[in-house]
Amino acid sequence: MTIEFFAGRYPYILIAVLMGIGLYGMTMKRNLLKKIIGMTIFQTSIYLFFIQGANKSGATIPVYLEELGTEPTQYMNPLPQVIVLTAIVVGVAITGVALALLLLTYKRYGSLDEEVILRRMRESG
Amino acid sequence: MSQIPALIPTLLLLAALLSLLAGLKSQRAGYFLALMGAGASFLVSVLGLVEVVSSGQAIRYAMGGWIPPIGIEFVLDHLAAYMTTLITFIGVVVFIYAPRSLHFESPGKATFAYPSMALLIAGLAGMTLTGDVFNLYVFLEIAALAAYALLAIGERGGPFATLRYLLIGAAGGGFYLLGVGFLYFSAGTLNMADLSGLLPELMENRAVMTAAALMVVGLALKMALFPMHFWMPDVYHNAPTVAAGLIAPIMTKVSAYAIIRLFLDVFPPGFFTETLPITATIGWLSAAGILYGSILAIAQHDYRRMLAYSSVGQIAYVGLGIGLANPIGLIGGLLHIVNHALMKGLLFLIGGAVRLRTGVTRIPDMKGLGRSMPWTMYAFVIGILGMVGIPPTAGFFSKFYLLLGAVEAGAWIWFAVIIVSSLLSAVYFFRVTEMIFRDPGEDPAETSREEGGEKDETTPDHPQGDPPASMFIPIAILAAGVILVGVFNFVIISALLERVVAPLGG
Repeated sequence: MTIEFFAGRYPYILIAVLMGIGLYGMTMKRNLLKKIIGMTIFQTSIYLFFIQGANKSGATIPVYLEELGTEPTQYMNPLPQVIVLTAIVVGVAITGVALALLLLTYKRYGSLDEEVILRRMRESG
Repeated sequence: MSQIPALIPTLLLLAALLSLLAGLKSQRAGYFLALMGAGASFLVSVLGLVEVVSSGQAIRYAMGGWIPPIGIEFVLDHLAAYMTTLITFIGVVVFIYAPRSLHFESPGKATFAYPSMALLIAGLAGMTLTGDVFNLYVFLEIAALAAYALLAIGERGGPFATLRYLLIGAAGGGFYLLGVGFLYFSAGTLNMADLSGLLPELMENRAVMTAAALMVVGLALKMALFPMHFWMPDVYHNAPTVAAGLIAPIMTKVSAYAIIRLFLDVFPPGFFTETLPITATIGWLSAAGILYGSILAIAQHDYRRMLAYSSVGQIAYVGLGIGLANPIGLIGGLLHIVNHALMKGLLFLIGGAVRLRTGVTRIPDMKGLGRSMPWTMYAFVIGILGMVGIPPTAGFFSKFYLLLGAVEAGAWIWFAVIIVSSLLSAVYFFRVTEMIFRDPGEDPAETSREEGGEKDETTPDHPQGDPPASMFIPIAILAAGVILVGVFNFVIISALLERVVAPLGG
């Protein structure tokens, strides 16, 4: 059972692992830059989930071809890919803002370590 | 008339763009354009509200002319009209307040603050209007990005607190998006009306259950539902008044609205109450959040931190309305969205006015303000009477309907929680009131220390008295709103909210 189970689902298992790594980085790492890296990995795993969900074996990219006609089973579903494109744009914007905030934080506290920053915040009042 | 749903966010998006371009040349022009955009979208929202109430029909608009299940549609129904009117109203009020406040608290940042404010309001209005679950995610992130920008212009600790909030927000958005994925792959559509037709057949589908759970968790993170509230106090503590005055009243509420929308209009009846115990979970977390927020608010010395913890408790009233899941309880929760937006907006704006005049943000330093800023403090008293829930202010009625809902559901523990938390909020707000109306000269020892403190003040040339008109008028409008919404709450309920909760029956 196990081999078939993994053979049929390995993309989803890899996506779940990636998501776990991302969430671990976001929550457990003390370094703010590593948290942002974790966030990016987490977002990427969601993009991959959409792409994998839209995958159809034997189908081609959703661009009209004369010889295939309008038969829907011959093309991959374009909608999840459009969603991923939009989500990537959103993700890039979030990462950009996060890095800008990271720079500001570093300039003010001289560290990227969350604990050190919190200690310096308390010291300065 | 049918363009109303699209006009509300579009006017604001356009205003944000023009405001930024004009603001680079002249800050006044940038401000004027953003204010015009907010004002115009408020007027359009009111028109839409009147239209929806008088016709009893939702206004639908297909974006780009694509017919709904294929394209994205914007829907202005009773609930959306209620929310957009509130959002754009608070937006206009805060815009009137903004220039003096920003000039004092964040000098030189105003040029970029006005477009961010317009974007934030546009994102929130878009979230309420869209009829598409993925489009909701996009507007959610537009609002969130604008909020990060606004919060980061705050004080020294602002960027750090905002970065932590950003990580939480990104996780929340990510969970929601993942839920959308599960929903799409099992139902094959993203349109809310279409989904509500298809989902009854998929009630027992595991993927749909996962989708519902993920979407609600994502939105609950954004809503600051206990125990996912931990980002909130630090963020508000460092935020400029204008940012806190927009985000505390409306942003968390719009996430709560999105949960209500999923509960009532997307997932089939009974799905959130019986198939998955989502409403009950939200209800119990809210009950815990109400007590936690109210108790921690008592322990705070900083005015803004106290308001932040109070917000953790107050947003949970809306959650409790969802948890009760009966018509009268949900009416209480929905009414509390407006009531709390008015009251918390009022209290944050008053905090900003006090800071402008005296530089004080700590509660023990607020002594004697009743003398020096009398009118502002009368407005403050109206705000806290609303918070505690004294009739005829708005706060009384939402709690009253929640209590009725708790009786109907037989939820006696929640009933007790509402009563106890009202007493607790009386404790923390009357503590401030006592400080404000205490005679500054009655304790000689403290007076001398206070005088010593005043010399250390970095800005000794604070003009005394009530704040300037551009800041006092918004405060007065909100204070009047707290009373008017209280007196006329039955109009709101019979015209709007009874229609909204109709899917629950009864």
